[in-house]
Amino acid sequence: MANPVEQFKIQPLVPLEVGGVNLSFTNSALFMVVSIVLVTAFLTLSVRGRALVPGRWQSLAEIFYEFVANMIRDNVGSEGRKYFPFIFSLFMFVLFGNLLGMIPYTFTYTSHIIVTFGLAVVVFVGVTIIGFARHGFGYLRMFFPHGAPLATAVILVPIELISYCSRPFSLAIRLFANMTVGHIILKVMAGFVVALGVFGIVPMAFLGGVTILEFGIAVLQAYVFAILSCIYLHDAIHMH
Amino acid sequence: MPQFDPTFFSTQLFWLFVTFTLLYVLMSTLAMPKIGAVLEERQRKIDDNLDKAAQLKAEAETAIALYEKALAESRAQAQAILRSAGDEMTKQAEERQKLLGERLAQQVKAGEARINAAKEQALTHVRDIATEAAKTAAAKLTGVTHEDATVAQAVAAALEEGH
Repeated sequence: MANPVEQFKIQPLVPLEVGGVNLSFTNSALFMVVSIVLVTAFLTLSVRGRALVPGRWQSLAEIFYEFVANMIRDNVGSEGRKYFPFIFSLFMFVLFGNLLGMIPYTFTYTSHIIVTFGLAVVVFVGVTIIGFARHGFGYLRMFFPHGAPLATAVILVPIELISYCSRPFSLAIRLFANMTVGHIILKVMAGFVVALGVFGIVPMAFLGGVTILEFGIAVLQAYVFAILSCIYLHDAIHMH
Repeated sequence: MPQFDPTFFSTQLFWLFVTFTLLYVLMSTLAMPKIGAVLEERQRKIDDNLDKAAQLKAEAETAIALYEKALAESRAQAQAILRSAGDEMTKQAEERQKLLGERLAQQVKAGEARINAAKEQALTHVRDIATEAAKTAAAKLTGVTHEDATVAQAVAAALEEGH
């Protein structure tokens, strides 16, 4: 039985080292490139016809666009318009990373904590910069709920500070854990199917269900990542 | 787990940065404006059609109003014509009646004149006949033939007396 974590192994395809830093083009990087090529091809080719009544592909592209647009309008408001391209790119990048990983023999870059953490840090740093740029030092009031007695500051401020600083970790770990665990379960189940022979039909049926569930999780986690980014952005723009 | 192997952290972060930046640029300059334009164009077309529909509706309403006005006008006109025709006919009928009445009155008058004349004549004739009859009767009864004038006088006297 193959090791269930072997699928997460990084394999350098084009070794590259700049100033002692490893920048090799790996299977992870390959799938990032595949993902952005697919996203761009899908979103540009589908609307090429500029059909008044959209076909299947154009409809799908429009649905993604309007879905994210509505998400930003509902959660951030009209000021969020500026950040639409970023949130949209984030959503598509995570979504395609998750979905590409569902194809056998592919590599799921969103199952790597460093990748999800990189994205989460971009969101966290960006949101914090936006917050300070809009409110100056007033943004520090984020860490003390409005209307609470001053004496509670001793407890509330550290709690708020910790909760604020744990945002990138929760964002990164949620996506990484969901993807990793899902893929491990699929792999282990698949191992059972082979090992049990004729009775492998039982885990096989289970595997079918889990696969469908994993597709749902792939879409859901991309949505969660994007909507949490929207909520953080809302906090930075409007405070609490 | 390979996820926690720091050997490949730098390369993954580097390629994440490269690909995500590229995706951001592609999305914001290429894909999103295209989709946005398509959606905007559709919205504009829908708005246009709604405007056109509203315009056509307004036009139809004007046409209906005009038609109804024309209908009311022609109805009023028809009534006026009917009324004037009726008046004309009444006038004509009255005129004719008057004319007929005059003619009838004339005819009646002429008839009366004729009757009177005939009566006069008849009366004269009666006297002549009576004279003649008296003369003949006298001649037969008495055998004397009187002068016409004498008989006439006698008849006239008798008639006067008979009155």
